[in-house]
Parts: sequence; C-alpha cells; structure tokens
Amino acid sequence: MGEFVDVSLRLLEGFSSSVIIFVFTLIFAIPLGLLIAFCSMSKFAPLRIVSRTIVWVLRGTPLMLQIFVIFYLPGLLKLFVWPAMNTGWAWFDKTISTRLIAALVAFSINYAAYFSEIFRGGIEGVPKGQMEAGEVLGMTKTQIFFKVILMQVIKRIIPPMSNEIITLIKDTSLANVISVLELIFWAQTFMLEGLIWPIFYAGAFYLIFVGALTIFFNWVEKKLSYYKV
Amino acid sequence: MAFLEVKDIYKSFGKTEVLKGVSFELEEGQVLSIIGSSGNGKTTLLRCLNYLEFADSGTVTLDGNVVSDGKILKTLKESQIRENRLHFGLVFQSFNLFPQYTALQNVNLALSLMEKERAKKGMPPLYDKPSMEVAKELLIKVGLEDKMGLYPCQLSGGQCQRVAIARAMALKPKVLCFDEPTSALDPELTGEVLRVIKELKESEGITMIIVTHEMGFAKSVSDQVLFMVDGVVEELGSPEQVFDNPKSEKLQAFLQGLSVKEGK
Repeated sequence: MGEFVDVSLRLLEGFSSSVIIFVFTLIFAIPLGLLIAFCSMSKFAPLRIVSRTIVWVLRGTPLMLQIFVIFYLPGLLKLFVWPAMNTGWAWFDKTISTRLIAALVAFSINYAAYFSEIFRGGIEGVPKGQMEAGEVLGMTKTQIFFKVILMQVIKRIIPPMSNEIITLIKDTSLANVISVLELIFWAQTFMLEGLIWPIFYAGAFYLIFVGALTIFFNWVEKKLSYYKV
Repeated sequence: MAFLEVKDIYKSFGKTEVLKGVSFELEEGQVLSIIGSSGNGKTTLLRCLNYLEFADSGTVTLDGNVVSDGKILKTLKESQIRENRLHFGLVFQSFNLFPQYTALQNVNLALSLMEKERAKKGMPPLYDKPSMEVAKELLIKVGLEDKMGLYPCQLSGGQCQRVAIARAMALKPKVLCFDEPTSALDPELTGEVLRVIKELKESEGITMIIVTHEMGFAKSVSDQVLFMVDGVVEELGSPEQVFDNPKSEKLQAFLQGLSVKEGK
C-alpha cells in the first residue's frame, strides 16, 4: 500500500508538469497561431511566404528535434559564439525551470504552426458570400470578422482543434528528452527500478484526461449545434 | 436628369471582358428587370453597383450625385466606399443569411451597428425607434411574424430569402438590387418571394433592379426591362415592348427559346 501511495504521488507530480505544459502551450499557441494564420493569408507576399515557410519548418521537423534545438541552442551559442555571455547565464542555468521553459517555447511554437493551419482553413472555409453580405450591409471589415465570421470559424474548427488538443496532452511526454520531470519521466524511473505497473498507471492518467477533454468538446459541439455552417 | 444614371460601365476579369459599356436610366420608385441568359454579365453589373466588384470605367449617378466613377474607384478609401455602398442594397441568390443568428438578429445586426455609429458621429438616426422594433416590423412586412426567433437552418429557402429582403431593407437603401432572388428556390417557393417583392414595390415605392429568369414576374412587376447579351444592353424598354414586340433578333430568339422550354 505504501508503494502505491508513493507511486501515486510521484506520478501526480509528473502529471502536474504535463498539465502545466499543456495549459501554457494552449495559452501561448492559440493567439500565436491566429497571428501566423493572418500572416499566412496576407496579401503582402513577403510576409505570406515567410509565414508559410515557418509553418513548413515547424510542421516538417519532429517536435523532439525542436525541443532539443531550443533547449541546447542557447547554450551552444554562448559556448561557441558569444563566450562573453557566459557570466550572465550562470544563475539561469542552475534552475531546473529552464528545462520547462525550453519545453514550453518548443511546444508553443510547434502547436502554433499546426493551429495556424486549422485557423486558416476555418477562416477560408467560410463562404465568401458571408463577407459580401456584411459588406453590402455597410459593416466594416472588423465588424464582419467579429460579428459574422468568427462564430462560424469557431464552429468549423472545433473538431480539428479537439484532435490537436488531445494530441498535445500526450505529446507533453516528449519533454522527457530534456529531462523535464513529467509523467512518463517518473513512470520510467520506476520501471528502471523494476516496477512495471506504474507505466500502465501513467497511461490511465492520460486516458482519464483525454476522456474529460472528449466530454468537454462534445458538450461544446452540442452547444453550437443550434446553427449550421 | 433621372434618379439613377448608369453610364458606360466596363468591367473585365483578366482578359475576359464581362461588361462592355452598359448604360441605363431609372426613375425613382421604378422597377427595372434585367433578363438574359447566364454568363452575360447581369450579376456582375449588380455587383459593380454594390461595389463588390470595381468597374474599370463608367459612372453611376444617384439623385444627382456621382456615387461611382471607374476612374477613381480604386483610389477611394474603405470608408468612402462603405458610405457610397449604403445607397444600394443587395439580395443574393443564395440568401447569405448569417447562420448563427436568428431571423430577427439577422435583420437587426447591421442596422443596430449603423445606428450606434451614427449616434457616435452625432448624425441623426436612420429611424426614430429602436432598431429591434424596426427589424420586427420589417419581418412582419415580409410575412414572418411567427418565425422571428428561428435560425436560418430552421427556415425554408423562401423564408430565408424573405428574411434577406427584410435585412436589406433595414438599411434604407435608395436602390434595392436582387440577384436572381428565386433561382436557388424550389419552384413551389418562388411565389412567396416574388409576392413579397411585388408588395414592396406597391407599399414602399422603393426603386429596384431585379436580375431574374422569371419572365412572367418580370413582365408584371417591371416598369422597364433590360435584355443583356454579351456584356451590352441589347434591348431596353417597357415590358410590353420587350416581351410582346421585341425588336432585336437575339431577344426574339431568347424569348422563343423560353416558350419552347415551357411547352407553349
């Protein structure tokens, strides 16, 4: 029984890190994704090309690689490129949270890229007639976006967004590669000590969390079912 | 000088010339029907009047004021275009109601925003009553008093189009344009929409331009009928002239083709 409590506490601790990454990634990636989406739809070609190239790189390379790059690159830069910076970084390096911050940055920009494509698809999928109807009624572009287009976009993007968000909670386990003390990290620690069952126990954490998300998104979809787009 | 004067409108999309110098005049309170086969520029003409497309050249004069001039159109600011656009209303073939709003909200939305903006700028309101009241009255006028709280997906096509008409009327346009208002409807639903348009003519005396394939309707509602072929006005005249006494061969052929289809 003591063993079970011990494992539970450790896994809970790990899971809290996973949830922190999950929550903060959503907080940063959704606005950033919206920004990238607008850049990708810009009429100004250089901006559009830069934006789409960034999305291509972020979606075209493994998230694990991006985590490595973001975690190690500043350190490598200061070793080889800016040795002068060494002193200023010392306090920062000692804290474990740099790992968490690196993971958060990597997850945020990676998911922003995916979200941006979902947003772009959602916005471009709204029939042109909706925009035109607003225009001939003398509404401004801003009014049309917020009063007419946005709610239709939200309804359209909920299924693909729920997919990505469910993937995100499981992807947090990738932070393991830079030793963020997340759920899988602790399960693995027990496994190395010869305890197999905590890894299944860890799986149950994800399952329950995803179950709750699924119920939530079903509820949202139902809430929005009063209109069709 | 006529109320609405459209002069020499040209419009090309890339290398395709769609409008090749369209001109016509319309008096206040009159109804003009535009007929002709698909792909001859009828819809583009309406879209140019509503600034959904910018004419390459030509002028539109409304009530003595030039509201559109192809030469300077592309240099106009967004706000100026918005202002000019409000002289015209447009009812779309595919209704384009806002799906997330009820019938009442659809009619009220743009009007309430407009009234707020006018109040902010110190302009007199469009109506001397709340916009919601106006929206209700308009929906009653188009015969939908019992459908105000329903969403577009709960309405039939004909009901949707009547909401769209009320919505366009709400902004008090000087000229109301209809782009094939019954083409997306089942045959049994076209009647109710055409009846509403006819009633608007009689009760409101609003100036209308109607692109339509319903010849019987065009004949009965119009003061003038314009037959368009290949981006130009082929024939323009009273309904009696155009339908009973067509001069142009193309119009004769067009009407003949229709009556064959209808089995007459």
